[in-house]
Amino acid sequence: MAETDSAALEARDLHLWRGSKHVLRGLSFTASAGHLLHVRGPNGCGKTSLLRTLAGFLWPEEGALYWEGRPVTEDRDGYAAALAYLGHENAMKADLSPLENLRYATDVRHPTERRTIESVLERLGVGPQRDLPFRALSAGQRRRVAMARVLLARARLWLLDEPFTNLDVAGVRDLSAVVADHARQGGIAILTAHSELDLPGSELRRLELE
Amino acid sequence: MTTLTTSLPRAAWLVLERDLRLAFRRWEQVTHPVMFFLMVATLFPLALSPEPALLRTIAPGVVWVGALLSALLALESLFRADLEDGTLEQLTLSGQPLAWLLLAKTLAHWLLSGLPLVVAAPLIAAGLAAPGEAVGTLMLSLALGTGVLSFIGSVGAALTLGSRRGSVLLSLLVLPLAMPVLIFGARATDQAMRGEVADGPLWLLAAMLILSATLSPLATAAAVRVSLE
Repeated sequence: MAETDSAALEARDLHLWRGSKHVLRGLSFTASAGHLLHVRGPNGCGKTSLLRTLAGFLWPEEGALYWEGRPVTEDRDGYAAALAYLGHENAMKADLSPLENLRYATDVRHPTERRTIESVLERLGVGPQRDLPFRALSAGQRRRVAMARVLLARARLWLLDEPFTNLDVAGVRDLSAVVADHARQGGIAILTAHSELDLPGSELRRLELE
Repeated sequence: MTTLTTSLPRAAWLVLERDLRLAFRRWEQVTHPVMFFLMVATLFPLALSPEPALLRTIAPGVVWVGALLSALLALESLFRADLEDGTLEQLTLSGQPLAWLLLAKTLAHWLLSGLPLVVAAPLIAAGLAAPGEAVGTLMLSLALGTGVLSFIGSVGAALTLGSRRGSVLLSLLVLPLAMPVLIFGARATDQAMRGEVADGPLWLLAAMLILSATLSPLATAAAVRVSLE
């Protein structure tokens, strides 16, 4: 039991079926403070399904998920409050500006000052676009704003599904720094990416799916 | 466990405010259901005959069928856009009780689709030669009835999110549940137009509103979680 207590997130023997496809076949892993988990595998191997299971959208047919030693099904809202999820969609309203979008997304969890949101947008290189409608942003800029939401969520567990999509070289560098920082401060990040990750000074582990 | 620092009323207000702000950015979507309501009600006198006695007889039915169809029309947009851009997923992961946030979202939906019908009611009453003293009851019954329709409809809208032919299914699901609203709403309007006291059906509508407002958010939350799977 000592082992389970130290692990912040633990997956035990997860089995997930999507229709007739057996996507996750007895997957087990643990992730503790400071860990970065890079989920890899070919297209359609279930990377997104795994992240959606970890976020609580999909219910595994077998196995269980534990957060800080307790099953996540015991307190779903408490678990949700501890995690931030970045999906394929950016979860931003096209008619609102990045600043408005982020205000609604973060204030619902923690009251956040406008200056804090602005500084995070600056850090991710989308400061000048903060008042434009979200639809006017380029695909890469949209991804950066979506990442700002994760950063502002004050969550320990980050679940990032292809966070580097559409990002340019500078964007990949900025985002990698943000993720590495999160791990250094005792956070956990589980992310999917096709490319090799360059995350300086952090403990990066790989999870291969077939 | 992480605890959130935003209070429940504040969280609900944020959900409500966001939907209202979005509606003001896309004004045409909001005016669509009320335009539909106005068109239905003005086409009847043109198609039948402008005889005041006849119009007065059909007025309760015309108003309530128009309101019901207009409410159904508006329901489709309740969660669809939020599902497509991923904000619905984020709402379920906010860490706040989902049913509570969806109650706020449904309230915003009523303010944008139900309230305009209530405001347009005097205009339609005049067009259908309804006596002036019946307008108050008509507006009250519409306010209560469209509220019930929004809450019942939110369950249907959430349940049909996952299906591609959602709109037909949504009508089939919601219409039978909406029948009591149509019956008692039209009855209240009819009684008021005859100069009778319409308290009975109005109280029944109020009871239905309380029942649906308290129970439907729980069902909607469960349905949203199923649809995201």
